[in-house]
Amino acid sequence: MTAKKKPPFIKQQGFKLFLMLAPFIVLVFLLNYLPLWSWRFAFYDFRPGLDMTWDRFVGLDNFRNLLGNQFQREQLVQVLINTLAMSGLVVITMPLPMFFAIFLSEIKFAPFRKTVQTLTTIPNFISWVIVFSVANAAFATGDGFVNRFLIQHGIIEQGIPFLSSPNNVWITQIGWYLWKGMGWSAIIFFAAMTSIDTGLYEAAECDGAGRVARIRHITIPGLLPTLFVMFVLNIANFVNFGLEQPLVFQNVMNLRWIQTLDLFIFNQGITGRQQSMAIAVGIFKTIISLILVFGANGLSKLIRKESVF
Amino acid sequence: MAKRRNTKLKLSDVLFYVPTYIFYGVFTFLCIFPFYYMLINAISANDLSARGLIIFIPQNIHFNNFLEVFRLRGIGQATFISFARTLLGTVTAVLCTSFVAYLLTKKILWGQKFWYRFFIVTMYLNVGLVPWFLNMQMLGLTNNFMAYIIGVVNPFNLVLTKTYIDSLPASVEESAEIDGAGTLRVFFQLILPLSKPILATTAVFTAVLQWNSFIDNLILMTNAPQYNTLQFVLWEFFNRAASVAQILQGGPGGTADPALLMTGTSLRMTISIVVVLPIILVYPFFQRYFVKGIMLGAVKG
Repeated sequence: MTAKKKPPFIKQQGFKLFLMLAPFIVLVFLLNYLPLWSWRFAFYDFRPGLDMTWDRFVGLDNFRNLLGNQFQREQLVQVLINTLAMSGLVVITMPLPMFFAIFLSEIKFAPFRKTVQTLTTIPNFISWVIVFSVANAAFATGDGFVNRFLIQHGIIEQGIPFLSSPNNVWITQIGWYLWKGMGWSAIIFFAAMTSIDTGLYEAAECDGAGRVARIRHITIPGLLPTLFVMFVLNIANFVNFGLEQPLVFQNVMNLRWIQTLDLFIFNQGITGRQQSMAIAVGIFKTIISLILVFGANGLSKLIRKESVF
Repeated sequence: MAKRRNTKLKLSDVLFYVPTYIFYGVFTFLCIFPFYYMLINAISANDLSARGLIIFIPQNIHFNNFLEVFRLRGIGQATFISFARTLLGTVTAVLCTSFVAYLLTKKILWGQKFWYRFFIVTMYLNVGLVPWFLNMQMLGLTNNFMAYIIGVVNPFNLVLTKTYIDSLPASVEESAEIDGAGTLRVFFQLILPLSKPILATTAVFTAVLQWNSFIDNLILMTNAPQYNTLQFVLWEFFNRAASVAQILQGGPGGTADPALLMTGTSLRMTISIVVVLPIILVYPFFQRYFVKGIMLGAVKG
């Protein structure tokens, strides 16, 4: 039998498969790549009033204005500080879920351990709106139960405005972040712990190692690779603290400290009418973000000889 | 060496376990008490809850709020939209993402590697909020329900599903193809049933995202209140004090009993419970899928 002649390209199986994929390619292009075309508006002057009339080409003026005007420069610097501070706190508190997992696994009474594990992961699956609803129920000046409790017991005279206070905004925000994510982040460490060789623990026990020694010399070293992966992922997300959390918690009093890059872009470009400027800031953010992703991945390749992404 | 069981409690154990148990007890309490608090406030007498008197124990329990709340302006509709986007969005996204994943497992696919990257890059390519909004506007997806469910290819789930399908034995698929089954038929009758575990995982993640999402509602549906979701309605309560009063005015009213009359507090608590309940109810059943998802995610990230 002679070899069959290759059918023409458009009749090949591979091309037929491509045709089935094509609608999805078009869709993803329209939704995820086409927005890049709107980046051009960063170089235009937007005139408020008429909706979406992007007329005059102004080159780099929007970028220059961002840094030229002193008020705006100070605002932007504050926004950058807020973003870095909150992301920095995320990185610093990153080992907490690891310790959460380590100490919980020391508890031998399984029903208690399982219950804690299940219940502490629930906050991860509720929206930030609900977290704010919880915050409100707990800390509102008028009817929050913490204020109510303190007043009833004569500890304070008037309600403390916990939520609309310019003090300790970063700390309280990281507190909510941990409340929501701690139990869930711990799960990954539970999983990593199961892959630690149990022989090591038996050997340690024979050598008379106590609990602290076991944790220090076996469990923590065993979990370090996982911690490192989490670290790389967090570094890659350093400028993305996220929009939802600061958005639901923001108010006039704490705006100065809670405004991260994402929230700033939202306030200026969606609520406000500074679209061009917001796009310019967004481009800046995207570029830093991509550099961080590749940088973090390079770091991972260098140290673990393995790429994270 | 003979194995020795510890029967006696050592002092060091007590010093370790007591604070550990207390810490986990307190942390767990902090994680669930707010939900309990919202629930007891939603079912207690409304005049008591408005004065902040319901802290640990519900009083004069009634379930009127849950009936009443759906009669208020916009809330029944918002509940419908929230359920609709979660159901439609999850089914279409899981089907489409797994179909794309299946096609991308085929080495003979024209430009397979390139297209795989084309989809994956969208995970890291964050174009920015304003360009996204302008683009959606250009595509006519503002004030349009389609905007909620159009993003059917989720790159993260795509990676998970493709990895899973890759791990299925190739012989099954080959034998089906020899029997003359077309690509679509192999996908629906063979690949989908075999991939159930991973589909369940991606489905629960997608459903939670859909249910919780409110930024898209906030930015895209400015002139279409009929497409507002429960999350958004709840957010508006906190943001626009006036809207609470407005909504309460829209209610049937006429009840003279202060224990049943809706207040701002009872409204907020009731809606919070309505929003949270589906998640809390289904979570215990789907927990293992969530856990599996994060494991796979950690491996493939």
